[in-house]
Amino acid sequence: MIRVRNLTKTYPIRGGQRTILDRLSFDLAPGRKLGILGRNGAGKSTLIRVISGAERASSGSVERGMSVSWPLAFSGAFQTSLTGCDNVRFISRIYNSDFARNIIAVDEFAELGAYLHEPVRTYSSGMRARLAFAISMIIEFDCFLIDEISAVGDARFGQKCQVELFEKRADRAMIIVSHDAAYVRDHCDHFAVLHDGQMHFHDDFEDAYALFKDLIGWTPHPDTAPTA
Amino acid sequence: MIAGASHPPRATSLAEALAVQRRVIFAMLMREALTRYGRHNIGFLWLFVEPMIFTIGVTILWSVTKTVHSSAIPITAFALTGYSSVLLWRNMPARCINALYPNLPLLYHRQVRILDIFIARLLLEFAGATMSFLLLGVLFHLIGWMDLPEDVLEVIGGWFILAWFGMALALFLGALSVRSELVEKLWHPLSYLTFPLSGAAFMVDALPKEAQDFVLLLPMVHGVEMVREGFFGGYAHAHFNAGYVVAIALTLTLLALLQIRVVVPEIVIE
Repeated sequence: MIRVRNLTKTYPIRGGQRTILDRLSFDLAPGRKLGILGRNGAGKSTLIRVISGAERASSGSVERGMSVSWPLAFSGAFQTSLTGCDNVRFISRIYNSDFARNIIAVDEFAELGAYLHEPVRTYSSGMRARLAFAISMIIEFDCFLIDEISAVGDARFGQKCQVELFEKRADRAMIIVSHDAAYVRDHCDHFAVLHDGQMHFHDDFEDAYALFKDLIGWTPHPDTAPTA
Repeated sequence: MIAGASHPPRATSLAEALAVQRRVIFAMLMREALTRYGRHNIGFLWLFVEPMIFTIGVTILWSVTKTVHSSAIPITAFALTGYSSVLLWRNMPARCINALYPNLPLLYHRQVRILDIFIARLLLEFAGATMSFLLLGVLFHLIGWMDLPEDVLEVIGGWFILAWFGMALALFLGALSVRSELVEKLWHPLSYLTFPLSGAAFMVDALPKEAQDFVLLLPMVHGVEMVREGFFGGYAHAHFNAGYVVAIALTLTLLALLQIRVVVPEIVIE
């Protein structure tokens, strides 16, 4: 179970504080899949980072009663002067996981061939995405946090990700944030729309999507937009 | 419980927490070493070859120009102790200032903490400076330029006190640099200007009394004097107070840890 209680996140901006997440409270039970829709800048990625523990909440708490992944995204946190192999070794070390086994798994999945031993800076964006995803799959978690993962890669890669994440790991909990409504619909069992720091929960996708469309359609001038 | 803390559900024992931190620091250390020195030519060896080149250069320069110092002191050992000490207090802060931003994406992994990033860099820096000091000491002794220290333990003590001061200063400035880029801008000139006052190129005893009181305000002067007393014994006429350096290092360490606590909630990971 993940328990989020009164979670608030504010960022300093010029001349004050901007509240991105405003006293959010919800639970995520094991195996459940929560899809979060929101416009760009609504705070989706911030929420994922705070739940993962990468960033601190300004107030409130996140209780992780199961193992929770780092925020999986295709940018990947790579030191580009290091090789793909070095990055696998780093992750294996900090998660106390077997490097020898992991490097075989990454080699098979990412299909980088000899490039696995070349600096990441020489990779194409597709190759980086494959490496990032493969590395994300070597450490097992009860809950995966997924940030706009659908965006990159060709059809074959997309299919492989689908199998690895949603078929082989169908029993895991997930939080998926995206502005791609169809992707969220296909992979989640309940939904929320994040807007103005608030989460609006819906068990039915159509209800959530109706609200989301409503909010997207409503685009006031930035100067008059409420900033909570 | 402090506001905003994210606690794991089961209490993590101190031993487990230390095991995690040890793993993270080791992983960071290996990663830093690879990023900095790479795999080409002599790779890892640059860790101490680079400071060795500096120290040899300065030793030769000072020997040739007969840099002012107390006449009883052999120049090679004087230069080696002086310049090696500078490496500790000057390079450590330089490595920690703005160390966070290139490593920011690593904070995606919740077990990686800002302090680990600093500690990894400091350990690497300490290892490099110490190896350089040690190897050059042995080398200079073997070729007959220098006698072995009179009191090895005192040399080690002085070295560790200098290292602690360097690390504490580095942590403090590193943590401050998260908030302000002024730290980097100011440290460069400051470290440059402090160098001639740091005791690397003079013995305190050779200075007039008023000047002695002034330079002894600088903690690194005490460290160098202590290392030199270990090397040369009584005729170094060293002036130092180890307790003074320890007190300053302790204070800086505490301030640094406090500053890190302050900046952690403000950090935004891209």
